[in-house]
Amino acid sequence: MTPLAAYLLVAALVFAIGLAGALTRRNAILVLIGIELMLNAANLNLVAFWRYGPHPELLTGMMFAVFSIAVAAAEAAVGLGLVIAIYRHARTTDLDEINRMKG
Amino acid sequence: MQEAMQFTPYTVASWIGKILWLIPALPIVAAGFIALLKQPKRKLASSLAISALFVSLLLALAAFGDVLAGWASGHAVRETVNFAWMHFGTTSVDLGWVLDPLSAVMLVMVTFVGLLIFIYSVGYMAHDENYTRFFCFLSLFAGAMLGVVISNSILLLFMCWELVGLTSYLLIGFWFQKPSAAAAAKKAFLTTRVGDIFFLLGIVWLFAQSGTLLFYNQGAGSMEPGALAGMLAAHGGLGLSAATAIGLLIFAGAVGKSGQLPLHVWLPDAMEGPTPVSALIHAATMVAAGVYLIARVYPLMSAGLQPGGTTVALSVVTWVGAATAVFAALIAVAQNDIKRILAYSTVSQLGYMMAGLGLGGVAIGMFHLITHAFFKALLFMGAGSVIHGCHEEQDIRHMGGLWKDMRWTFYTYAAGMLALAGFIPFAGFWSKDAILESAGSWHPSKAPFYLLVFGALLTAFYMTRQVSYVFFGKFRGHGHAHESPRVMTVPLAILAFFAVVLGLVGTPAWPWFRSFLTDRPSHFEWAGFAEPGIFTLMLTSTAVVVVGLLLGWWLYGNKSPRAEEPDALEKVMPLVWRALSNRLYVDEFYGATFIAFYFWWARVADWLDRCVWGGIVAAVTWLFGLLARFDRFFDENWVNGGFDKGCEELAVGGGLLARVQSGRVQTYLRLLALAVVVLAAILIWSSRG
Repeated sequence: MTPLAAYLLVAALVFAIGLAGALTRRNAILVLIGIELMLNAANLNLVAFWRYGPHPELLTGMMFAVFSIAVAAAEAAVGLGLVIAIYRHARTTDLDEINRMKG
Repeated sequence: MQEAMQFTPYTVASWIGKILWLIPALPIVAAGFIALLKQPKRKLASSLAISALFVSLLLALAAFGDVLAGWASGHAVRETVNFAWMHFGTTSVDLGWVLDPLSAVMLVMVTFVGLLIFIYSVGYMAHDENYTRFFCFLSLFAGAMLGVVISNSILLLFMCWELVGLTSYLLIGFWFQKPSAAAAAKKAFLTTRVGDIFFLLGIVWLFAQSGTLLFYNQGAGSMEPGALAGMLAAHGGLGLSAATAIGLLIFAGAVGKSGQLPLHVWLPDAMEGPTPVSALIHAATMVAAGVYLIARVYPLMSAGLQPGGTTVALSVVTWVGAATAVFAALIAVAQNDIKRILAYSTVSQLGYMMAGLGLGGVAIGMFHLITHAFFKALLFMGAGSVIHGCHEEQDIRHMGGLWKDMRWTFYTYAAGMLALAGFIPFAGFWSKDAILESAGSWHPSKAPFYLLVFGALLTAFYMTRQVSYVFFGKFRGHGHAHESPRVMTVPLAILAFFAVVLGLVGTPAWPWFRSFLTDRPSHFEWAGFAEPGIFTLMLTSTAVVVVGLLLGWWLYGNKSPRAEEPDALEKVMPLVWRALSNRLYVDEFYGATFIAFYFWWARVADWLDRCVWGGIVAAVTWLFGLLARFDRFFDENWVNGGFDKGCEELAVGGGLLARVQSGRVQTYLRLLALAVVVLAAILIWSSRG
């Protein structure tokens, strides 16, 4: 097993865990945590492909990962804000209850 | 006795010639204004009509004076004002008006008699609800008639002619709520239309032959020698020249309008109209339009005339006129309606005018037209006054002894009656004598002379009968007769004055009228009476008239028979009487022939329409109905069936899909994940293969 394959395997595992969380949890916050895991799996892939790719000296994978982390942070902030807003409105964070666009 | 007219055309019209169009225009404009008035504006309506016609009369007098002055100073006047109405390529449709002695005399007569009748109508129609409408029509009629008189274009003449026919229709049917009046109006309109068709053909032919619609146009008009020679040379079929054929067609129009045989049937029925209408239209002016028309186209009728001879067109005019004169006089003997007697007398007198035109030329016919207009208008208005006084009674058997109660009416009526009978020296005597004189010296045949003399005898007879019934004997009517108001009797008196003296302008000693119309100098000389034949003729005609009067008086005078009693003549000749009182069965004859034919024809057309054309239409309808039914079946079962099925399936599919759209985000996400897995599987599978 090459080191890259090992990294990719770990990333796939993390992604699968994240996906399973996002799909199965009813709580919106837990779904967000799942999404966060999937994002980080993708970041791991980006860094791994950069490190073992043809031009490891160019720092491209790092750049992508840093951007991605920044965007993920913003997304988490917005997502949590939305969850709070929905909770205030509907008095629940259960996604099965929040099935209508009309308030 | 035939006289050709020699006129030197005036190139520049005088002031009155230029504004001659105002004479007909004023009454027409007045009619337009009156048409806008509301019913209660009675006074305004009649004063508008009367003042417009009064101004027309003044203008007509000015025109007459202008012509008279020209004539007196030696050179004749025929002023024309022409203009092109429309251009078609190189030809143009020209209109225009003419001022010559003929139109001037006629203008004065129509406006003057018309004015008196207008004034009389104020009294006669005083109680009528539709007073304003009456004056509107009357004014329009006067304008149209004046238009006929001044026309220098046969097209303009025809337009006014038709307008006259229209107003006559409107006025005869004025009391259209009476079915008989409505029928009479229709009859008048349709009968005159028969003549007008021929007239129109004549106009078209005249235009085709001469290339102009104008009568006089400084040598280029259709009544001037150049065009006449051309028409005389052209063939008109049946061995006639085109001039003769056109003349006869135009004469057919005059026959319709002037109530000559065989188109006289409408005139007696036209008495359903109000009496002033009878006076204006059916005595003085409209029926004279036909005679005037023949006088206007006299150069055409007499084209190729040799001294002492005649032309085909003129002899047709003569024979029709003479036959009508006797025919109508015969019928008049056995009528009991006061207006109907006068109506038949009018037909008879129009026959005299036509005969006068055919025998002696324009001046003779026109002279009788003018005198007749005065005394016949007088008689009709007198009859109206009698009817008014006897509470709308028209049957002379229910009158009698009125001379005591209606003195004004009686004296004026007597003057009119003597003038009509041709008693010396009343107006009718001189004009009728002139006709008899030219008939006596007519070379082709003496028959018209004897016919006309017989007619004169009958005229004196039936007028005596009428006057005896109406004014003498005992009163046989209901209620009490009363004299008419001043507004009616004054016009009667004025007309009576003319009925007495008007003939003096055309005596053998002083044939002023004839000289004026034919543009010759005129002077007075007693020797006129001494010309060969004149004196004998005057004696003869006086004797004939006196015989007629005495015969009438002997049979009817002061007898005062009861109303139900048979007529004095009926006792002597019951069969003849029945034929005459049934108007010689002319109406029945037309009913059995022409009208029956049209009924039959209409029935054939109706049958064709119902069975043949209707059948075809029904078959087509049925066929399309069948097609439509098939279409519906196809539509409902196949087209709609397929469509409905499709719609149902879509609805089911939509319902299934709608279930997926649950709003649960995680369901969506799961589906998305599944799709990604499937996609990944496909990608891996395909890359391996």
